[in-house]
Amino acid sequence: MDITSDSAFAHRHLLGIEDLSPRDITAILDRADDYVAMNREARKKRDTLKGLTQINLFFEPSTRTQASFELAGKRLGADVMNMSVKTSSVSKGETLIDTAMTLNAMHPDLLIVRHGESGAVNLLAQKVNCAVLNAGDGRREHPTQALLDALTIRRRKGRLHRLTVAICGDILHSRVARSNIHLLNKMESRVRVIAPPTLLPAGIEHFGAEVFHDMRKGLDGCDVVMMLRLQQERMAGSFIPSTREYFHRYGLDEDKMKGAKEDAIIMHPGPMNRGVEIDSDLADDLNRSVIGEQVEMGVAVRMAVLEMLARNVTNEIAGVGI
Amino acid sequence: MTRLALTNAHLIDPATGLDAPGGVLVQDGIIADAGEGLFNDGTPADAQIINCGGKVLAPGLVDFNVSIGEPGARHKESFRSGGEAAARGGVTTIITQPNTDPPLDEPAILEFVLRRAQAATPVRVLPMATLTKAAKGKEMTEYRFLLDAGAVALTDGENAIADPVVFRRCLEYAASVDALVCHHPQEPHFSALGCATEGLFASMRGLPEVPAEAEAIMLARDIRIAALTGARYHAAQISTAESLAVIRRAKDAGTDVTCSVAVPHFALNEFDIADFRTFLKVCPPLRAEADRAAMEEALADGLIDVITSGHRPQDEESKRLPFAQAAAGGVGLETLLPVSLDLHHRAGMKLTTLFERLSLAPARLAGLNAGHLGKGTAADLVLFDPGAPWVVDRKDLLSKSKNSPFHERRVQGRVLGTWVGGERVFG
Repeated sequence: MDITSDSAFAHRHLLGIEDLSPRDITAILDRADDYVAMNREARKKRDTLKGLTQINLFFEPSTRTQASFELAGKRLGADVMNMSVKTSSVSKGETLIDTAMTLNAMHPDLLIVRHGESGAVNLLAQKVNCAVLNAGDGRREHPTQALLDALTIRRRKGRLHRLTVAICGDILHSRVARSNIHLLNKMESRVRVIAPPTLLPAGIEHFGAEVFHDMRKGLDGCDVVMMLRLQQERMAGSFIPSTREYFHRYGLDEDKMKGAKEDAIIMHPGPMNRGVEIDSDLADDLNRSVIGEQVEMGVAVRMAVLEMLARNVTNEIAGVGI
Repeated sequence: MTRLALTNAHLIDPATGLDAPGGVLVQDGIIADAGEGLFNDGTPADAQIINCGGKVLAPGLVDFNVSIGEPGARHKESFRSGGEAAARGGVTTIITQPNTDPPLDEPAILEFVLRRAQAATPVRVLPMATLTKAAKGKEMTEYRFLLDAGAVALTDGENAIADPVVFRRCLEYAASVDALVCHHPQEPHFSALGCATEGLFASMRGLPEVPAEAEAIMLARDIRIAALTGARYHAAQISTAESLAVIRRAKDAGTDVTCSVAVPHFALNEFDIADFRTFLKVCPPLRAEADRAAMEEALADGLIDVITSGHRPQDEESKRLPFAQAAAGGVGLETLLPVSLDLHHRAGMKLTTLFERLSLAPARLAGLNAGHLGKGTAADLVLFDPGAPWVVDRKDLLSKSKNSPFHERRVQGRVLGTWVGGERVFG
């Protein structure tokens, strides 16, 4: 492992991929690779974060991400507490700052936060004294998802540069897409986004992504096909005509997959809507689908990030002589 | 009989184009004389003399777009705090928004507010009344009674009236009482969607977006209805290049329209929001740089008639929220002149032109004999050093709310003194 690149990770928080350098990303992925190996051993527990307190503060419901962060913290020996804050739409802003201040008074070392509004995690990071890790804010960023996707790709393809990656689906509302576009651009891969115009953010073509409305053209020659979840509850009748027409045009099936490279891999951040954005057989095809692997990489990447942020937390306290 | 002689000043009079050394003689609160070489033969013996030290003396600013928290939100801004902020900013008349709690939609409430304002405010206060009851865009208010009670114009503030039938009737009726109607042209179905202008910035930040077109769409409708009804229409807070094209067509066609821009929209663009700085959340949202630059150009050539502060006091609690949930608006009374002076320093706009936008045009729009240095006009004056540099610090503002979008901005131009009706209210 390259110690210099690792120790150069000088961030207090992880709020987005936007703030990371290619060097930071490589350092995280290298460390995560070590944790993948460790996690496959029978005895998985380390004491790297022993004595540190990690709080998972989720303002939006989450099963997978929260479980992944919890497991990552516990495997590194941290004391992990989960807090799910159910909020009414009127009072959630107040809850954010108030809850953050309350938690801050309990002296956590690592705060993992998910919130429904873009930028909410940045706001919170200004108000607390511990390291803040963004577990998804609104439509903006979900950095650990992009990192785990990158790790999955790197392990399968052997590199992160000069790949063509197609991201398909609801780009407009997707923080996963934004973080992935940032990351893949930084690592010098080509990104395509495939979606109907109603599900694309304005100006995305200046964002470092090629835009395709035709899925077959978009998938042509791709190394990686990244599917996004269609949030059906906010779709019907307003962004797309129906889920069946959506599947017809933008659902990933055997036929549309033909255009991609023969060894192309299929990814999905989960949870999947089988038959809406992805054909069930494809999702379960072990030769091409890496969806299960992504979940495994998720724990490893989060362990790496927690460890690297915790290192700076410790140093900071030592630095002020407490 | 009290007399005040302001000597050794650099006079700016937008009405005559005067831009020269001179003096002003004030008698009983009225400008008795003003001009070049006024005191060459000495000052009147009985007059109080103020030597202006060669600094600029101009008609006080008339701010057409100010929110005060009274009634209902006095903790955000009272008539006293807002008035003191205005005086310090060289603003001698504030024209206030009616979106209070309760809203100014009845003559009795308006009279109450006027009394309260006159007792507590060092500058002149002219309230606008709502165009529809509770500014809900459904039923019209009593225009004749409201005007008689002292309303200077009718507006629903930042609530745009979506229903064209209602809007047409409001304008038709307003025309019959010769009322000025101010409207905030934003297609509300679009504006309800988000808090940032659609485009690369909003997409990058993942902020819910509103297309800039929401403004020109509504403005085009408004202007057709204005032409149809013959009402006096004022488009408040326009902010896009496309809107300017609509205004230009209307003005060329002879429609009775005027428009104003609030300072943030010609001084800032969307990228100033940076990492979700909620003090830069304003209504309408900050636009692309091309739109900002178009505002500046239209101010120079006179397509935009009026500059306003768009003063919107908001407390810390309503700003310390995720961007989408935070309240919109920024305080602006104390930064109106210094930030606008940037147009003079950087873009070379003449001071007489600048004061046409800041003082003369808004005064005329409100039907006031103010905004110039003509004999017989009320002595509402501002004395300022146009070159004095300073850094805006929101904590130093006199407004009760400190939500300035210009916090830490370097500006040039400091007010040294403000007079309202010959009374010194600042400096």
